[in-house]
Amino acid sequence: MTRSTTPPRILVLGIGNILWADEGFGVRVVEEFHRRYAVPDNVTLLDGGTQGLYLVNFIQEADYLVVFDAIDYGLEPGTLKLVFDEEVPKFTGIKKMSLHQTGFQEVLSAADLLGQYPERLALVGCQPKDLEDWGGPLTEPVRGQIGPAIEAACAILAGWGAPATARSAPLAETDALLGNDIDLARYERREPADAVDGLR
Amino acid sequence: MGVQTPNGFNLDTSGKRIVVDPVTRIEGHLRVEVNVDSGNVIRNAVSTGTMWRGIEPILRGRDPRDAWAFTERICGVCTGTHALTSVRAVEDALGIKIPENANSIRNLMQLCLQVHDHIVHFYHLHALDWVDVVSALSADPKATSTLAQSISAWPLSSPGYFRDLQTRLKKFVESGQLGPFKNGYWGSKAYRLPPEANLMAVAHYLEALDFQKDIVKVHTIFGGKNPHPNWLVGGVPCPINVDGTGAVGAINMERLNYVTSIIDRLIEFTDLVYLPDVAAIGSFYKDWLYGGGLSGKSVLSYGDVPEHANDYSDKSLLLPRGAIINGNLNEVFPVNHRDPNEIQEFVAHSWYKYPDETKGLHPWDGVTEPNYVLGPKAKGTRTNIQELDEDGKYSWIKAPRWKGNAMEVGPLARWVIGYAQGKADFKDPVDKFLKDLGLPLTALFSTLGRTAARALEAQWAAYQMRHFQNKLIATIKAGDSNTAFVDKWKPETWPTETKGVGFTEAPRGALAHWIRIKDTKIENYQCVVPTTWNGSPRDPKGNIGAFEASLMNTPMENPEQPLEILRTIHSFDPCLACSTHVMSPDGQELANVKVR
Repeated sequence: MTRSTTPPRILVLGIGNILWADEGFGVRVVEEFHRRYAVPDNVTLLDGGTQGLYLVNFIQEADYLVVFDAIDYGLEPGTLKLVFDEEVPKFTGIKKMSLHQTGFQEVLSAADLLGQYPERLALVGCQPKDLEDWGGPLTEPVRGQIGPAIEAACAILAGWGAPATARSAPLAETDALLGNDIDLARYERREPADAVDGLR
Repeated sequence: MGVQTPNGFNLDTSGKRIVVDPVTRIEGHLRVEVNVDSGNVIRNAVSTGTMWRGIEPILRGRDPRDAWAFTERICGVCTGTHALTSVRAVEDALGIKIPENANSIRNLMQLCLQVHDHIVHFYHLHALDWVDVVSALSADPKATSTLAQSISAWPLSSPGYFRDLQTRLKKFVESGQLGPFKNGYWGSKAYRLPPEANLMAVAHYLEALDFQKDIVKVHTIFGGKNPHPNWLVGGVPCPINVDGTGAVGAINMERLNYVTSIIDRLIEFTDLVYLPDVAAIGSFYKDWLYGGGLSGKSVLSYGDVPEHANDYSDKSLLLPRGAIINGNLNEVFPVNHRDPNEIQEFVAHSWYKYPDETKGLHPWDGVTEPNYVLGPKAKGTRTNIQELDEDGKYSWIKAPRWKGNAMEVGPLARWVIGYAQGKADFKDPVDKFLKDLGLPLTALFSTLGRTAARALEAQWAAYQMRHFQNKLIATIKAGDSNTAFVDKWKPETWPTETKGVGFTEAPRGALAHWIRIKDTKIENYQCVVPTTWNGSPRDPKGNIGAFEASLMNTPMENPEQPLEILRTIHSFDPCLACSTHVMSPDGQELANVKVR
């Protein structure tokens, strides 16, 4: 009823584990998005990490939801693919996002079960190349999609009446989403860890 | 026929092999293989995991004061616990003290994580191994109400409440999405609750899901943000300003009152919902006392929740510290993290390389060099293993041992140790729980006992939160609002070379980080996490780990539906994506149990 006067609450969420190479894509995109753009008051940016079910309250509070994540679409590594609304849960169920048994699909289901499911959903996913290089950085093709993923989210937000605006002054370091040496630039100053000949 | 392990299990591999391989290989996961005899009783158990493979390559050369931010990312649930362990390791290495308020706030955050994790684990990750959701659809709401009111004064218990809930559930299930209820062998005879108990449990599943979103706000208040709250070497990063009105990040009276209200609700929920539910469910499973494994033999706890800041002695730690071996509850041994002969990690059956694999390495001297080779009897290929060879290397998890013993860690280990030490706040609730169910002490050493210990601990943790909240408020009111000591913040004040250890009791068990610092940078960093203890493979002497031991001699209703395996493994709250089903790219479930 108040919808016409109150703007929708929009959540822009990045998920994944920054310690597992391309698994960190979602978090890195939301981090960089925040560095480049300012958003209106009704938009919240969140580094969701691998919090699984503990993210359900953020989903419940959102009218519209944008998710950045590394998704196994079965495409070429580094391919960006957008999926909307009822298609979203189907794609987020492929891998377990958290080491704690809950995938994002289950997080969405939990919100649904509680009767508070976002009206609109958009998934900005990137096909990973390597998810097993523990401690390694994003691979080149995936890193190259951070910019396009941000642009895709900008278009989605504009379409939802909440356009992001490029920051005129650079974001202060203390306002960055990730600090304490785990921000993208500092995290990756290291050599990639030796790839493990694992179960692949 | 069989092989006797040094820790007292008779392994027989002659029966058919069942492989339960839970998830895709993409994420860390757990796989279990068992041999069952002609009566479908488990006679050999093998657990293997892909686990994070050591954080040292990432941390080497970094500022020790930032290590918590990295370790916080290891796991989605132990986030705060890893951060706390890390700051304690650095403080230990550098001789940094923390103020009393910081100790209270850290305890509040740790206890909050403990109770939060236990609630979420029980209702959302474990209850469905005991509760049949589909059966709940046929429950009589009126009879459900009578049942609920007979076990608890929790107000949400009217026939109308359960009727509405059942309708909602029906709609959800009929919509075909099932969602969180997808992973279950609904209708299996291994489920024993009547429909009404199932409906009551599902109601509380939803209530817990709704409630848990408020619990995390404690971390937002004390940690400045959530997820990923902030931590600080030397204290806590949140300033206290009781007269303040919304200064960013500062703790004021309004926020403290909010925390108090959450604590009151946690106490009410554990008193009136969680514990009565576990007792009610337990009453239908009290002759299903499998899954004890090592819990009646060898258990380990590092202890946690210091009453006094900077005092990590046994006396100060409210969660008990100690080790029990050979099932002798009359003797609780002290535990020393610094002694090179106590905690050691072995890799004889792990995919790593040591110069001498008959020996273990203390974590300060730990190395993590991958060596992926399959044993000669393994079936399949390196990229698609059909069957593991447990005589060779078979897991990415190392095998930690305490003085050579395989140990169980976690809530049950803590409660067995507290019980053995005769501590009233551990012994009395255990005795009462068992007495109410008419069970002897030996029943504690079981999957049910592990589940009960977790519930008792959630309740204990909620009351301890009240204690530290009162203590915090009293200290602040007395004029002390200090939350950090910064006299040794600057690296110039540090020794050139030093080492330290930090430990906690994570919800799922003993956790410690060992750090070496050289020229103000991290030189080596090793974490030994709870699931490494519990999920460990065999050691050079042939001792089996806690997961493996817990499955031994369990009868299965139907090997095609390994509900008993999942129920017992899940009771450890394993820190791996040990889900039960494989997803195909369209999110559909695939069969994943192989019987050979």
